[in-house]
Amino acid sequence: MLLQQLINGLTLGSVYAIIALGYTMVYGILELINFAHGEIYMLGAYLGIIFLGIFTAMGLTAANFPLALILTVLITVFFCSAYGFTMEKVAYKPLRNAPRLSPLISAIGVSIFLQNYVMLTQGATDKVFPYRYGEAHVHFLNVEMTYLQVMIIATSALLMLALHLFRKTRMGKAMRATAQDKTMAALVGINVDGIISLTFVIGAGLAAVAGIMVASYYGIVNYFIGYVAGIKAFTAAVLGGIGSIPGAMLGGILLGLIESLGAAYISSEYKDVYAFVMLLIILLIRPSGILGRHTEEKV
Amino acid sequence: MKGGVQEPVHELRSRPRGIGGSIKQSASSRPVLIAAWAALLFLPFKGIMPALTLFIIIVAGLPALQLARKPWSAGFRTAALKSLPRFPLRVFAESRFGRSSALPLLFIILLVLPFTLRDYYMDVLVMSGIYVLLALGLNVIVGFTGLLNLGFAAFYAIGAYTYALLNTKLGLGFWPSLPLSAGAAALSGLLLAFPALRLKGDYLAIVTLGFGEILRIVLNNWDSFTNGPNGISGITPPFLFGVSLGSLKYYYYLVLLIVLVAVPVMKRVEASRIGRAWLAIKENEIAASSMGINTTRYKLYAFAFGTFWAGIAGILFAAKMRFVSPESFTFMESVLILSMVILGGLGNIYGAAAGAVILVVLPEALREVQSYRMLILGIGLVLLMIFRPQGLLSRNKILKSRKQN
Repeated sequence: MLLQQLINGLTLGSVYAIIALGYTMVYGILELINFAHGEIYMLGAYLGIIFLGIFTAMGLTAANFPLALILTVLITVFFCSAYGFTMEKVAYKPLRNAPRLSPLISAIGVSIFLQNYVMLTQGATDKVFPYRYGEAHVHFLNVEMTYLQVMIIATSALLMLALHLFRKTRMGKAMRATAQDKTMAALVGINVDGIISLTFVIGAGLAAVAGIMVASYYGIVNYFIGYVAGIKAFTAAVLGGIGSIPGAMLGGILLGLIESLGAAYISSEYKDVYAFVMLLIILLIRPSGILGRHTEEKV
Repeated sequence: MKGGVQEPVHELRSRPRGIGGSIKQSASSRPVLIAAWAALLFLPFKGIMPALTLFIIIVAGLPALQLARKPWSAGFRTAALKSLPRFPLRVFAESRFGRSSALPLLFIILLVLPFTLRDYYMDVLVMSGIYVLLALGLNVIVGFTGLLNLGFAAFYAIGAYTYALLNTKLGLGFWPSLPLSAGAAALSGLLLAFPALRLKGDYLAIVTLGFGEILRIVLNNWDSFTNGPNGISGITPPFLFGVSLGSLKYYYYLVLLIVLVAVPVMKRVEASRIGRAWLAIKENEIAASSMGINTTRYKLYAFAFGTFWAGIAGILFAAKMRFVSPESFTFMESVLILSMVILGGLGNIYGAAAGAVILVVLPEALREVQSYRMLILGIGLVLLMIFRPQGLLSRNKILKSRKQN
């Protein structure tokens, strides 16, 4: 039972971790809580359903499901990245030197816009994922893990590994340099605007994958899932130490575990409360998070 | 999926940096690029025909916008912009007659209104009054002191639920409940602020947001106490000398009276030692504390004072609706109140009040496009931040003095 809950928590947590990466990367560079990041994840879930629906109508899903799924993921990642890119250019870039409240409000505005945009174009009712995964599962140590769960955890691990490797590349170094000091980065010839765009594109791409994973895991999607998931992922990012990429991964998985254990052993009605309580406790005890560095405010 | 959009995609690839860049560069292909990009983003959600329509609208609309930005029109535009708010309001306010009579005139208009309007409009006015109180309260925290609060609806909820529970469970009337509701809200504001004020900026915002969500989920799930999502009904309206104030006309006067008390109180507090300390904290916290201001204490004052008014707004809401449920106190409600304060101009009392009235009246006026209301609010927030971050009525003096430094 406990082990089963741990597996469920790990599945959920790896999704949170993937979304949290987007938050933490943007925060690391712009010190902006990108409120609309959760909506990108919601767009990912919707786009996944839309495109898989198209492929199903074309008969591709029945003929070759893995191919249809991969195509869906690729197209969804492209569109979500495009949305992330556009969002940064339209709503955040003009505010780069504004007081810190301005981009935050702008982000809330984008979030409200995207939610209602999806509601108006796709309808307010639940959307159903067009493919039903079988109940087939693997057994080990008395635990049943569906193939979908294995796939979600494996995909998340793979993406995290890829992001880790990316940070060692030339682009990744430029990104880290930009996060440390934008002016210095510009002085050594880094295209700061380009790097910021790239951060949004990567974050949105990750959120898109998370969106598809959740849509297939729960089978149902609504236009307001982005808000709650966004807050939870942000909690995960803060939990691990915002700005820190390993921290976001750790925080996401911890949060998933806390949530599924809390739902199993305390009460499932208050499922969403655990994340917030956790957030409050962490912020009050250790605002810099588990792996975050404490920064002293300068005059 | 293909067809009309494929060609622009090719163009995009060749000039990826041209999209959404600065407005100054005015290549003739820009509108086409932007339109193609927007249409591409829109495509999966509505299909090919709506996306094509959007493409055409933007291609046609953007040059018109750019024409308005042409240098020859810049002088005219700034002149027009300057005179626009100036003409009806400022000329009047700055004239001798206006200075002495603007407020009394407004007061008389507000007094006479119930005799001229239908119930529907009275309802909108009463709601405006309640939101004015909320905006004034949040303005103390965000506008005066510069502490971002994203869970203000929680204190509104506490005020409303305090009265709802006292009234339905203990039979307590409106008047004894009024200080209790306001006090409960202020106390919970203090209780939240006490630990949360150790945090700065965005983190504080997130903690207040978390508090608001926790409260709403608890109200929603604690069936035995709050009746869960069904809410509490059968709340009695206020009585005065045995007369029920439940009718909209009387209720309007009650709300108006409280607003008319709140505004001068706000004015006095803003100009007081406490208000100036808040301003100092907002402008520069470190400088304020080095001038001997106990920043934590004054921030606590701000939270308590701001949430106090949310409590009053809450009890007025509960007594008007005679029903409360968690649905009225969502995160969107907090965002709406914050939008009112920002729209009016952070730190400006009349601005906050005007913002509240605008954001209550405007959606009612836009009833036909009701489903687009939130969409417009979202776009409006982004545009407001980009083009007029200081709000409609700004504190120009402070902004100017800052620029000189």
